[in-house]
Amino acid sequence: MASPKVQELFTEPACATNQAKSGKERKKGCAKALTPGAAAGGCCFDGAKITLQPITDVVHLVHGPIACEGNSWDSRNSWSTGSDLYRRGFTTDLGNLDIINGGEKKLYKAIRAAIEAHHPPAVFVYQTCVGALIGDDVAAVCKAATERFATPVIPVEAPGFVGSKSLGARLGGEALLDHVIGTIEPTDAGPTDINILAEYNVNGELDQIRPLLARLGIRLRTSITGDARYADVAACHTARVNMVVCSQALVTLARKMKERWDIPYFEGSFYGISDTSEALRTLAAMLVARGAEARLVERAEALIAEEEAKAQAALAPFKERLRGKRVLLYTGGVKSWSVISALQEVGMEVIGTSVRKSTAEDKAKIVELTGRDEVMIDQLPPREMYRMLKDGEADLLMSGGRTQFVALKARTPWVEINQERHHGYAGYDGMVTLVHQIDLTLSNPIWAQVRKPAPWESA
Amino acid sequence: MARVVASTKALSTSPLKLSAPLGAAMAFMGIDGSMPLFHGSQGCTAFALVMLVRHFREAIPLQTTAMNEVSTILGGMENVEEALLNIARRAKPKVIGLISTALTATRGEDIGGDLKMILGRNKELAETNVVYVNAPDFEGSLETGWGKATTALIRALAEPARGREPPPRVNLLPGVHLTPGDIEHLKELIEAFGLEAVVLPDLSGSLDGHVPEAYVPTTLGGTTVEQAKSMGNARLTVAIGDHMRIAAETLHAKTGIPYVLFDRITGLEPVDRLMVCLSTVAGRPVPPKLRRARSQLVDAMLDGHFFFAGRSVAVAGEPDFLWTMAKLVGDMGGRLAAAVTTHPAAFLSELDCDRVQVGDFDDLEDEMLEAGGVDLVIANANARQLCRRHGTPLFRAGFPIFDRLGAAHQVTVGYRGTRDLIFQLGNILMECTGHESGMALPPHDLHAEQSHGQAAQAG
Repeated sequence: MASPKVQELFTEPACATNQAKSGKERKKGCAKALTPGAAAGGCCFDGAKITLQPITDVVHLVHGPIACEGNSWDSRNSWSTGSDLYRRGFTTDLGNLDIINGGEKKLYKAIRAAIEAHHPPAVFVYQTCVGALIGDDVAAVCKAATERFATPVIPVEAPGFVGSKSLGARLGGEALLDHVIGTIEPTDAGPTDINILAEYNVNGELDQIRPLLARLGIRLRTSITGDARYADVAACHTARVNMVVCSQALVTLARKMKERWDIPYFEGSFYGISDTSEALRTLAAMLVARGAEARLVERAEALIAEEEAKAQAALAPFKERLRGKRVLLYTGGVKSWSVISALQEVGMEVIGTSVRKSTAEDKAKIVELTGRDEVMIDQLPPREMYRMLKDGEADLLMSGGRTQFVALKARTPWVEINQERHHGYAGYDGMVTLVHQIDLTLSNPIWAQVRKPAPWESA
Repeated sequence: MARVVASTKALSTSPLKLSAPLGAAMAFMGIDGSMPLFHGSQGCTAFALVMLVRHFREAIPLQTTAMNEVSTILGGMENVEEALLNIARRAKPKVIGLISTALTATRGEDIGGDLKMILGRNKELAETNVVYVNAPDFEGSLETGWGKATTALIRALAEPARGREPPPRVNLLPGVHLTPGDIEHLKELIEAFGLEAVVLPDLSGSLDGHVPEAYVPTTLGGTTVEQAKSMGNARLTVAIGDHMRIAAETLHAKTGIPYVLFDRITGLEPVDRLMVCLSTVAGRPVPPKLRRARSQLVDAMLDGHFFFAGRSVAVAGEPDFLWTMAKLVGDMGGRLAAAVTTHPAAFLSELDCDRVQVGDFDDLEDEMLEAGGVDLVIANANARQLCRRHGTPLFRAGFPIFDRLGAAHQVTVGYRGTRDLIFQLGNILMECTGHESGMALPPHDLHAEQSHGQAAQAG
């Protein structure tokens, strides 16, 4: 069981929420008790898998019954520019006899079979509730397999019942720290190497970032993890700066990398024009402080000026069409505010944004952007959301896939902004894409048609 | 005759199997005003929920008892009680399907006993039918869970007949391999004989993609509790698929209603049998409309057999799904070159091939390669990766289909459904001549075939 580790993650000093707490409250940790019969969201294993699965060239092996992998494999839009091994599902598919006899031998054999079939640079083994409950020592099996097969076999001990998806993401980070990062010394470490933490390359969003970085001569060693190669993750301790995109998930990893390898980090976002500029600016300044040539700052400013102008020009035609349109935002964390500025840029009005998963800092940003705190919504039950949309209080819902059908059944336009979406919204180009998608959605001719009652129904 | 070969592998790669609790949850989707509840960690629910949403493109009611480490060790009765009370308060369902998972089954909880105690001491639950299903992940697969849930519903709800002369009514127990569209079509067929159909579970009322006028937190549509109770008041039970055998027997034992188990209702001969059966029960001749439909199917077989003859087809899926598709391919002169299923069902030994492999998509790939390549794969959407690798066309069928629209409306039963399925499969085989995969030419002249089609049109 991962208990000491979990305790440590709960009391993370670099976490903004924790900083705002009193010493006593901090000790209690942040394990929000889930309400049976009224809970939604993934488990710890889910979070660890989301965080690590985008290491594309390794085998991700799930040690558990069929539900854990059989019901979920190849379901995320995290793209790869290289190997597609990560898109196959691997599981020990624990059966009755395994439960009775223990699953360690089966796990060992499964690791061997995976290595023989695919020759991966590493195997990640995920513990699940059932594996933990029958007492399978995944760490020991991984250690034995690592020695026997001369291939790193990494235990990820984040069984579902330990906690939330976000805790799982952090436990995934711990696995990298304990077993992967720093195990390979790169021969090509340079003065402008960076890592991005908690960026999963959903719909290839890294391709909206990498060209910007490349033009500044900044090299992305790896994203942890999105479109990632094992060797790059193992060698990422030589990077000069870490940028944390979703602090909830991996700020602990960033802090520990700072302590162990002296890599400074900052929290930033590539969602929104001003945020992208701010991120590039910070990256340049921090790299220069660590020895990159000073002109990087100027070059960054030039690129920012050029790209912002280009983005503004691209957004201009939408302003007329989107002015005054009312948006209900239902997402969490960074996205609860990072998208707001982009929407305001084209004259749209945010009538509400959910802050369930937002930190105090996130909330402060929302107030700063909108000038009101009544836009912040803590709880919005689906029934109430449906009513708001049905009554026409918003022209558009932007949310994750879960609430998609609340909007659609209320015959209201909906734009996806979480991980299952079909477009990349990062960087300058991404924001233009997002606004373009909003425009396409709002102006779609179906709305007039589907809202009209049938001819035999009185309006 | 085929050998059904059990899997001996430690490693399952790209799983074909889906969890039994997921199948059980799907059955409760076909009950009006119901809310299935997984007794497990919240990830068990989240994965199943996401998969159902992706397939049906509908909001899915599915809750969790949100087990954590502590409740797993101390026992989950309190979580079950709290969940039931919360759901009853918030969603006011008529039926709650309490479904065990691998987590609680491994622990060996006496859920049935706990439930009795919970219902005994909570008056608030008096109006709710709580139906318990024991369907752990490590026994069987999707079809197993669906069959068990249907059986549990019958045990809990169905009552023996009161009157002496049963009304012109037929009970229909469809397997999970039938879509909402299939069930809708079957109801029409039964009604065409002047019979009323009571379907359990009835996905055609709930997951057929309709837009309700108000927000409903439970399922909307499907078998009502009253209908399920009245199943003793019918002339006959028609069950479709071997995994519905126990449900049919249970209903027979409880109510005395005779049953007929159809191995499939796709294909000329099995549909003929269904027609004779319904005609006998109704005491009416087969209606002219259906005679016409039969004639159309006969014509489709005449037109289509050229394209199937000698072509090799691979089918992968749950046992009854595999049986249905493989038999139709055989009926049309195609060759079953590879067959992979999820658990060893004895009846599959009657398939016309050398062996039926119990396994995963990796096994399917092996079987295809051993067969020297195939012309067509029939499987769920998870076959997409391997089909792309080999350039083999994939006909998506079964569950899940997350990358196509209208999965719920695909109809492959009855004369009309069989006719359309022959057209769809035949069109793929017509387009993909087999040259690409190095297969032999189909045994007919394509040009002659085209002129035949044109002549038929002109006539």
